[in-house]
Amino acid sequence: MPDVIKTKTDATTDALAPPAAGAPESAADGHKSQGKPRSLWGDAWYDLRHRPMFWISSILLLFLIVVAAFPGLFTSVDPRDGDLTNHFLTKPELGSFFQPDWFGYDGQGRSIYARVVYGTRASILVGVGVTAAVTIIGGLLGMLAGYFGGWLDSIISRITDIFFGIPFLLGAMVVLNAFTERKVYVVIFALAFLGWTSICRVMRSSVITAKQADYVTAARALGAGTKRILFRHVLPNAMAPTIVVATIALGGYISAEATLSFLGLGLADPTISWGIDIAQGSKDIRDNPHALFFPAGMLSLTVFAFIMLGDAVRDALDPKLR
Amino acid sequence: MGRYVIRRLLQMIPVFIGATLLIFLMVNVMGDPIAGLCGERQCDPATAAQLRSQFGLDKPVWQQYATYMGHVFTGDFGTAFNGQKVTELMGTAFPITIRLTIVAIVFEIIIGITLGVITGLRRGRPVDSGVLLLTLVVISVPTFVTGLIVQLLLGVKWNVISPSVSTAAPLGELIVPGLVLASVSLAYVTRLTRTSIAENNRSDYVRTAIAKGLPRHRVITRHLLRNSLIPVITFIGTDIGALMGGAIVTERIFNIHGVGYQLYQGILRQNTQTVVGFVTILVIIFLLANLLVDVLYAVLDPRIRYA
Repeated sequence: MPDVIKTKTDATTDALAPPAAGAPESAADGHKSQGKPRSLWGDAWYDLRHRPMFWISSILLLFLIVVAAFPGLFTSVDPRDGDLTNHFLTKPELGSFFQPDWFGYDGQGRSIYARVVYGTRASILVGVGVTAAVTIIGGLLGMLAGYFGGWLDSIISRITDIFFGIPFLLGAMVVLNAFTERKVYVVIFALAFLGWTSICRVMRSSVITAKQADYVTAARALGAGTKRILFRHVLPNAMAPTIVVATIALGGYISAEATLSFLGLGLADPTISWGIDIAQGSKDIRDNPHALFFPAGMLSLTVFAFIMLGDAVRDALDPKLR
Repeated sequence: MGRYVIRRLLQMIPVFIGATLLIFLMVNVMGDPIAGLCGERQCDPATAAQLRSQFGLDKPVWQQYATYMGHVFTGDFGTAFNGQKVTELMGTAFPITIRLTIVAIVFEIIIGITLGVITGLRRGRPVDSGVLLLTLVVISVPTFVTGLIVQLLLGVKWNVISPSVSTAAPLGELIVPGLVLASVSLAYVTRLTRTSIAENNRSDYVRTAIAKGLPRHRVITRHLLRNSLIPVITFIGTDIGALMGGAIVTERIFNIHGVGYQLYQGILRQNTQTVVGFVTILVIIFLLANLLVDVLYAVLDPRIRYA
């Protein structure tokens, strides 16, 4: 028990130093009593393993990723197969698990369960795709601005301000409206086009903190090149806040895709997406709410899982809040 | 302070020009502004060419932008697709959306900060965990789903509110839509306040204040809250712009003819004048809100001074 308390106080002293900077060294000092030194990431992982929220969200997300990758495993029905004569707006049969009639049928006689299963892929792809694009663009620009400073920083920061000033949803709508064919990658492009700014700002400020650390000066004194300093010393120590922001934002991008589809500007048929189904279900919400509730529920559950994961990761990486 | 505000206003100019240029390019270069003028089908080449020269679209983009901005600075925002002046549309749309945003912000401040203070002071207790889980759920359900469900339950099933807002959109009818618009931000405000309060609750000045024998409510409102509000104010300040832009969804659900409605029509019909004009005003509001936030910092924390 005293051991646990010690870990906590050590973590708090770590937090008093600038975020993430120099964490491996100080953590190593603090844990000498335990024999093996733990890095910031080791510490975070130790913390994560003891959080039920982390396990619930991870298992949920793993399951969703399996559904997205192999939808055929979960249903044998074609989600585009409409049978108007037998199934027009049939109510859900909540007892028949994993059967086509589990969630009922929509206005075109298609199995809502099958559509929910097949819709997972589009949402997960958009979420992961936008997050990846945003992290690469924003992270790279933020790193350059933070590390080199000077005129490069001024230019990048002003460009960030400009993109940040345009309302996110409106900008995405304008971009999407220019495309006639709205596939998944078009939606990813539209959301990433305006979405990279917050990551860029977060990365810039943490790189500025990290580059002032002693080990960076030491590396430079030892003759390390800019590239080596950036990628081996600065980046690993400046990444934590970016990862937190990116994980939490992932859920937001999935939700944004659905919102755009609801407005008629996101994905379009024949792509199967929860957003499209929610938009269609919303037209007949009074008499057949089931056509809206199941895709909306799955969407919310997915966003919930990502935000919960982001929360757990943040608490683990930012010990100030413990 | 005065010099600081003037300097900040001057710094806004490049951002303002950049943002308007960006949105101008997005509408004009990525899309085709005359595509919407002939209804659903394509314009025939002769008509297209004639329309292009009529609207000056055959000139280089920078020249179009300069002409447009020249008009804007003389108060002429151009005409919308239906021949109405954009300034007229703004005159009817902005008051409605501003009312809606004010309702939303008031909800954020009252409910969000109250819940945040309550949970922040009782960290780890059932109230805290309960509210925290509730905020997660609210953040997870997209606004348009919340809006549709609220409209179905309150408006259609239980008849508490009218499901669609009238054209005049008086304040009373905007309360429920305002709450829907605020919902996600409200959850974030709660969480931010909670973290901030919990962090500052352990600080020396709070212990001193309690040791001095101050009553509990005074410690909380004058010492703890005032010091914990800076991140919350920052969030609410940047949220003003996001709320006005994001009102597009809420306005569509509750049939409110505000900024979101006009922008939606403008974007679908690729009407440069409407979209760029409205976004220009939104950018100005966003920049001014940010400035206001920075000025408020000095009010909340006397250590912050602007020379």
